[in-house]
Amino acid sequence: MRFLPTDEQSDFTRTLRGLLAAAAVPAVVRSWSAGAYGPGRALWTRLADTGLFALAAPQEYEGLGALPVELALGFVELGRAAVPGPLAETVGAVVLLSELGDGALAKRFLPALLSGEALATVVLADGGPYAVDASATDHTFTVSATGELRLAAPGPVSELASLDPARHLSRPAPGGELLATGPRVTAAAAVALHWARLMTAAQSLGVGEALLARTVEYAKQRTQFGVPIGSFQAVKHRLADTLLALEFARPLVWAAALSLAPWEIAAAKVSAGEAGYRAALSALQLHGAVGYTEELDLSLWLRKARPLRDAWGSPSTCRAEVLTPALNRRTG
Amino acid sequence: MDLTHTPEVTAFRAKARAWLRANVPDAPLPSLETAEGFAAHREWEARLAADRWSVVSWPEEYGGRGADIVKWLVFEEEYFAAGAPGRVSQNGINLLAPTLFDHASPEQRARVLPPMASGEVIWAQAWSEPESGSDLASLTSRAERTDGGWLLSGQKTWSSRAAFADRAFGIFRTDPEAAKPHQGLTYLMFGLRAPGVTVRPIGRLDGKPAFAELFLDRVFVPDEDVIGEPGQGWRIAMSTTGNERGLTLRSPGRFLAAADRLTRLWRERADPADTALRDRVADAVIGARAYELFTWTNASRFAAGQTIGAESSLNKVFWSEYDIALHESALDLLGADGELADGPWAEPWIFSLAGPVYAGTNEIQRDIIAERLLGLPKGRR
Ligand SMILES: Cc1cc2nc3c(=O)[nH]c(=O)nc-3n(C[C@H](O)[C@H](O)[C@H](O)COP(=O)(O)OP(=O)(O)OC[C@H]3O[C@@H](n4cnc5c(N)ncnc54)[C@H](O)[C@@H]3O)c2cc1C
Repeated sequence: MRFLPTDEQSDFTRTLRGLLAAAAVPAVVRSWSAGAYGPGRALWTRLADTGLFALAAPQEYEGLGALPVELALGFVELGRAAVPGPLAETVGAVVLLSELGDGALAKRFLPALLSGEALATVVLADGGPYAVDASATDHTFTVSATGELRLAAPGPVSELASLDPARHLSRPAPGGELLATGPRVTAAAAVALHWARLMTAAQSLGVGEALLARTVEYAKQRTQFGVPIGSFQAVKHRLADTLLALEFARPLVWAAALSLAPWEIAAAKVSAGEAGYRAALSALQLHGAVGYTEELDLSLWLRKARPLRDAWGSPSTCRAEVLTPALNRRTG
Repeated sequence: MDLTHTPEVTAFRAKARAWLRANVPDAPLPSLETAEGFAAHREWEARLAADRWSVVSWPEEYGGRGADIVKWLVFEEEYFAAGAPGRVSQNGINLLAPTLFDHASPEQRARVLPPMASGEVIWAQAWSEPESGSDLASLTSRAERTDGGWLLSGQKTWSSRAAFADRAFGIFRTDPEAAKPHQGLTYLMFGLRAPGVTVRPIGRLDGKPAFAELFLDRVFVPDEDVIGEPGQGWRIAMSTTGNERGLTLRSPGRFLAAADRLTRLWRERADPADTALRDRVADAVIGARAYELFTWTNASRFAAGQTIGAESSLNKVFWSEYDIALHESALDLLGADGELADGPWAEPWIFSLAGPVYAGTNEIQRDIIAERLLGLPKGRR
């Protein structure tokens, strides 16, 4: 029993953090939001070069072996940096394709997805109605309630604005190439959904961490009544509660990545999603009016927190899953 | 990262489980906050001690099993899952004993620890005073030098279980001239039935005499009952508060067991349409798991040679607020029956309500989190 990241795991997150710190992500987010995907795709390739997406696939498909813990740790960093794009969706697509047990299909798509050459998004029957960033990706996969896996027909998509301008929402066009069908698709989609949900939880945690760190810095510098606002107890206590929520969500994310048990993933999603969103509300409040502007980079995280909380399983959906008897049995 | 236990830990768990299954009383003991219950709990402590289950983490020479933190956590999980009685000796075991291990002489350890482990001597904590709660360093009870020891005078209050306990440990002012309030304090132990001590039980919210105030009139304490150096009482006492808020006061086993009971109650009683209540029950399950995992993270840090400092304040705020929410959900599930004072959730609910007040109020804990973990500037206090 050693419930802490190993040295290798910490090294990997450090590498990612360094890469993202040097990448001027806020500018990337702003162009991604405006529909200029070039800088985002360039960043994507560099992320793929670290092996990030390969952590979602087994070695037989040129992955690094399915390593959910490492992947989740990496997704915390993506959230912390506010990286845009179909991140959890890519993981969902990769897991879906690797779980199908169809070598030809896997070989057709996976190598380019893992290397970052191609981008994909995915819509699963139980994972919400919208495709995220279909306009930015090369493939949109859909799985219907009856277990049909399709590649959406190419062509322009009409977009619906998200509360987070860095997420481009659309409804996948009906039809498209039928790639596979039957119970194995449904089973693979269930696994894919849980991975996507877990990665969304990890991303929420990172978003919350970034919001807290920025707000703590601001509270130390902004003075009112002649003292830093961070010396006021009401401000301190709100920030203490933000830390508390994040620190108790973190081990849930780790444990869920270790076990991949659906109830643990649901628990991690509820906690991290709520902690990230609460961190956003505190960040907004403690920044005062400047926090309510889109110019301040803070807005990039502020607008992400709520959609992430609700994507891939709302808090209510996940809470119900925690109490599903077949799913939540513990050791004894 | 890895949450699987070694075969040795698994074997330890099995042994603890078997013993508890054979020994935990079938019917719950009367409340330990009553004279009758206190006596029954003392017997339970003796039974635990006879088979060396009362202080598993202590060295064997003092009646323990030398269990590391992982085994201790596993034991606690089994203890609560078995529905075993609350520990009447907990203040001594959780608050005084760690201080003795760190600061006492070998003679003191040999004299004090074994009867603490067996429940023969039950300890109360005498820190708070009527005018010194959150601002504990402002305390005014004195210890004056006398031949071969000290004379205690003053008043202590809110001393848990002091109504029925045998001895107490506390901090007293030995140098009223010291430059700062937390200097010139001395940490010592005294008998609750010694000449000069008057114990007045105080009824807590439900009327049970769960704590007491102590009036001290020139109570003699021999030098051998001073812990550490005279004048160093604050530093020594603070090394205990970390324990109190941190890992040892509330083991996750307690909340895992409570969340299980709540889930069972929900399955028996819940209106399926009440999704708001369902969500709160789910939150109780999630919270117990989060607390368990947070504790395992800290245990791993300990095992890796790191120390836990102000992080223990995160623990304290979390479990105390969690505990109330869990018990409120149980009362809501019970509906009209929640009002019954003898119901299974009533006393635990009453107990939970004090969590944000004792062991350092949650306001003070949040200050510590903000200042020491987030580095925010100190405000006026
Ligand atoms: C069930 C129970 C058992 C206890 N057992 C023991 C025991 O065994 N031994 C013992 O010595 N003591 C014990 N206590 C006492 C406990 O430690 C004190 O109650 C606690 O330290 C708070 O002190 P107080 O009650 O004097 O409240 P006060 O310090 O007067 O505080 C009152 C309120 O004001 C707030 N407040 C005070 N200062 C600040 C500040 N700077 N910033 C913000 N808010 C502030 C507090 O947080 C609190 O909400 C027990 C208490 C309870 C309820």
